[in-house]
This record gives sequence, structure tokens and C-alpha cells, in this order.
Amino acid sequence: MSDKKNTVFLILQDNEDARPIIEAVEQDNPDANIQYQPGMVRMEAAGRLLVNRVTVEENLGREWDVQELHLNLISLGGNIDEDEDKFEISWR
Amino acid sequence: MPAKKLNLRKRYELLTRGMGWETTYQKMDDVFPYDSFEGIKITDWDKWEDPFRLTMDSYWKFQAEKEKKLYAVIDSFAQNNGQTNLACASYLSAIKLFITGVTPLEYGAHRGFAHLGRHFRGDGARIACQMQAIDELRHAQTQVHTISHYNKHFSGLHDPFHQFDRVWYLSVPKSFIEDAMSSGPFEFITSISFAFEYVLTNLLFVPFMSGAAYNGDMATVTFGFSAQSDESRHMTLGLEIIKFMLEQHEDNLPIIQRWMDKHFWRAYRLLGLVAAMQDYMLTNSPMSWKEAWEVYFVENGGALFEDLSRYGLKMPKYHELATAEADHISHQIWSVFCSLGNATGFHTFLPTEEKMAWLSEKYPDTFDKYYRPRFEYWAEQKKAGTFEYQKGLPQLCQVCQIPMVFTEVQTDPMQISYRVTEHGGDKYHFCSDGCKDIFEHEPEKYVQAWLPVHQIYQGNCGGPTLPEVLDWYKFKPEDSGDYIGSKDYHRWQEWKGADKKVKQA
Repeated sequence: MSDKKNTVFLILQDNEDARPIIEAVEQDNPDANIQYQPGMVRMEAAGRLLVNRVTVEENLGREWDVQELHLNLISLGGNIDEDEDKFEISWR
Repeated sequence: MPAKKLNLRKRYELLTRGMGWETTYQKMDDVFPYDSFEGIKITDWDKWEDPFRLTMDSYWKFQAEKEKKLYAVIDSFAQNNGQTNLACASYLSAIKLFITGVTPLEYGAHRGFAHLGRHFRGDGARIACQMQAIDELRHAQTQVHTISHYNKHFSGLHDPFHQFDRVWYLSVPKSFIEDAMSSGPFEFITSISFAFEYVLTNLLFVPFMSGAAYNGDMATVTFGFSAQSDESRHMTLGLEIIKFMLEQHEDNLPIIQRWMDKHFWRAYRLLGLVAAMQDYMLTNSPMSWKEAWEVYFVENGGALFEDLSRYGLKMPKYHELATAEADHISHQIWSVFCSLGNATGFHTFLPTEEKMAWLSEKYPDTFDKYYRPRFEYWAEQKKAGTFEYQKGLPQLCQVCQIPMVFTEVQTDPMQISYRVTEHGGDKYHFCSDGCKDIFEHEPEKYVQAWLPVHQIYQGNCGGPTLPEVLDWYKFKPEDSGDYIGSKDYHRWQEWKGADKKVKQA
């Protein structure tokens, strides 16, 4: 296999609840490619994509439970690692 | 001071470890009679882990919130007559196919997972399946609730569950889910959670639902994306079960590879219906079937299988053919529906000039060469009043049950792809090597297939004539035929004409 990292992705609904999360993804994953499609936002990155609780909370101005992500989640591709502080998608 | 809340990992562990026990009054094999005959070897169920680590309290909390949001949108859609904001009433053919073809699949998946939620020996796996069983029931219910609004205004949406068990093209999804449901639990979960949900379901719920948004159907987008939020969890479960089985024992690999090959092909054939929905039935398509296939299968699916290659799992057999067929299947399937449009529970319509220009652009190698002439020929015939629906009934593939319309895309795209095999002195026909392989591995299963065309000829479907069969399907006369001139069409024209008055008032 080449060194090229395979694409992981996360798709959220395009709505007000998801916006602080999308912004957090942009902040924490500067190389992520963010695509706005009808009704949804697709975020892609090479190898790894991170949703960081602290960043979302800063954008949102309140405490945020990482599992709230489920409410606006549409799809994802990659292995998941989730705990109190982050939601991470990766291909090895 | 209240006790410190346990962390996610700990809470999940308490829920899923030690809730079950080694039975003593009855043998474990009698309590869990189904999880060993398939040959999958599990040495340690405790290695099972749900990466989301969802506990029941969080599950109920988040699902309740999803439901509240969903029903709020549906209520406002109904109160504001959202149906009048669709791109065109012809778009609803896609929704009619969805409620009759997909919603009963959700219900079938509910039954399947409820069964697994009882019969897996590991408590973690049982809990994950129980949650999924509830999810699938929720999906079936939200779809029925959403679409019932359209049923007040449009034809063809009145009897989805009655039709699922009878109608010729609905036997395609029915045979798919029943094939999985009549397998053992490990094959069922490989089929539904992995081959269907992880590898292929994005093609159904993501670009198609985005397409619904693009066509003003906010009600469908809402149930679609709400279902898909559960689907992400199911996909993750699907990947987890595959990795879990592969890590448990090396003997599991060849069994899983064969299931993967089989259910990839089964699910892919089923999605041919979605290809037609996406390219032809959506008034405006934001993304073609081929583009969606490139992104969600070739690229994302490729990454997935590359990750799984460390276990020795290979890309599913015939995936190259599926990619080559991406240039063809939507056109072929929509042609079938148009040529048998007097026997469909939704309206058919030929692609407009604008749509054909879009198809030429999206399918530069195939549309103008192979399919545009067919649609233009039919359009001329319709104009001249000489168009006739097909009189005979089509030959069906014994496995996927789709009429034999697929062609030899890698060698001669104008040649129908036929395969045949003999079993017990009878001949059986197939659309592809993929379907033929599936039959030959378990012929005793597939000789029992309930093929709608055979059943009509055997006199089991209401009678020998088309009106009798349609009556047995509970199709009403206004459900079928061309969109132009239909009851839906006239109602739409009335609304659009009346629209101005409403706004002035």
C-alpha cells in the first residue's frame, strides 16, 4: 500500500445545531475538505478526522456531550474512537 | 456532594458485561441454539465492543430528541401544505417506490435484529442488536407517518405492506431481506449491518435524501436523515462485527468472505432500483448514480476494504463489474419500468429534453450511444399514439428477481446478460455470474423462490389478465400509467394554477 492515507469522512445535517460542530471540525482539522450539499455537509480528511469537545463547547458557549453528535449525524466512514473528550474517525 | 458520574467506558462496561450468565438448568447450546451451526467460531464474546459505547439511558434520551425534532418538522410540513412546494408531483413516484419497497425492508430488519437480540450468546452483541431492532421499527414508523401525509393528496401510497408481499418489482427487496432473515444470525448481521448498511446504504440515504431536499421534499429529508443518524451507528456495528468475527478465529475468514461476496451482490442488485430513482425519478438530481457510486463505493468502500485487508478480507467478488455497470443500470431499470408502466404502482414518464441533456453530461460514454435513442423513439411513439406497453411478462432472475435487463457491459452492452444452470432436472436462469454463483452454492434455498411472473402464470395472483392481477395487488386504476394525464398530474396543475390566488388572498 502507498503512503497516501485513505479518506475518512463525517456527514452532518446542514442545520443550526450542527454548525458549531462543523466549525470545530474546521478549526481542529485545517486540512479537512468541507463540502456543502443540499441538506447536508460532508467533511473529508486524509486518514483522520477529529471532533474535539472543548472546541465545540467554545463555539457553542455551553457544555456539550460528545454523544449529542448522534442527533445530527448522517454518515461516516472510518474506525471510530469515542470518549468524553473527543470523537475520532481514522483509517490506519 | 453527588457521586461522581462514571465515565463512558465504565458505564458501557457495566451495561454489557456480566448481565448474562452461564445457564445451569438448561444447556447453553439449548438456550442459544442458532449461533453455532453456521461454523463461525467465537472464543471470547467479551472482546465484543460497541465503539459508540451507547448505554440505554443515553439511547432513550437521544432517540427521544430525534423523534421530537422529526415530528415537529412533519407537523409543520403538513400545516403549511409542504406538498405544494415540491419540484413536481412526478417526483412522488420515487417516494411511492420508497414506501412500498424500502419501508417494509426496515420492518424486516426490525424483526431480524429482534431475533439476534435474543439469540446471540454475548451480552454486548445482544444489546447492540436490541437497540438496532428498536431503531428499525422507528424507521418503518416514521416513514409511514411521513408518507401518510402524501397519501391524503396523491395516488399509489395506500397499501404498501399488502403490496410488498405481492407486486412483481417489490419481490426484489422482499427476496433480499427474506434471504438474510432466513439465514443464521451471523450471516444476517453480515448481510444487513455490513454488506448493506456499511458498504451500500449511503447510496440510498445520503445522495437520495440530499436529492429530496433539492426537490423541496423536506418531509422525506427529515425522516431520511433521522434514520441515517441511527444508520451511522449501525454501520459502525457492522464494521465491528466483521472485525470481531475475523479476530476470533482464522477459520471464520472464508465463511465471511463468501457471505460478503453474496450479500454485496444481492444488495447491489437491489440498489439498481435506487439508481433509477436517483437519475430518473428525481425531478432534479443533485448527483448522478455513477457519481454517487464513485464516491461512496469506489472511494469510501475502497478505503474500508483496504483497512480490512489486514485480516485477509478481499473486495467483494464482481465489484469491478458493478463499477462498470454504473454507466448503465439506471437507464436499463427505468426502461423496464417505462415499458411496463401499466403495471407499476407509481407513474412513469419519459425523461424531458432537459433531463436528457443532464444524462448526456453525466453519462458521456453511454447515454447518447445506447439509451437516448430508446427514449426518443418511445417519445415519438407516444406523440403518434402508437406506443404500447409490453404485452408479455418478463423473464426474471432466479436470485435477485429483477427482469433480465442487464447487459454484458464489459464486452457488448447491447447483449442481454443471460446465465443458466441446471438443478434437479430443471433449468434456472440468472442475470449475472454473481446471482448464478449464489444459487449454485445453496440451490435448495433458491429453487423455492417466489417469482412473481411464475406465480402469475401458475394462477396464484388473482387471475390470468392484467386487471385481475393489478386488482389482487390492490392497485387502483389511477395508480399506474403515465404521469402526464394522471390524477396526480391534474391535481398538481390545479394547485399550481390556484397558487397565485392563494398568495393574493
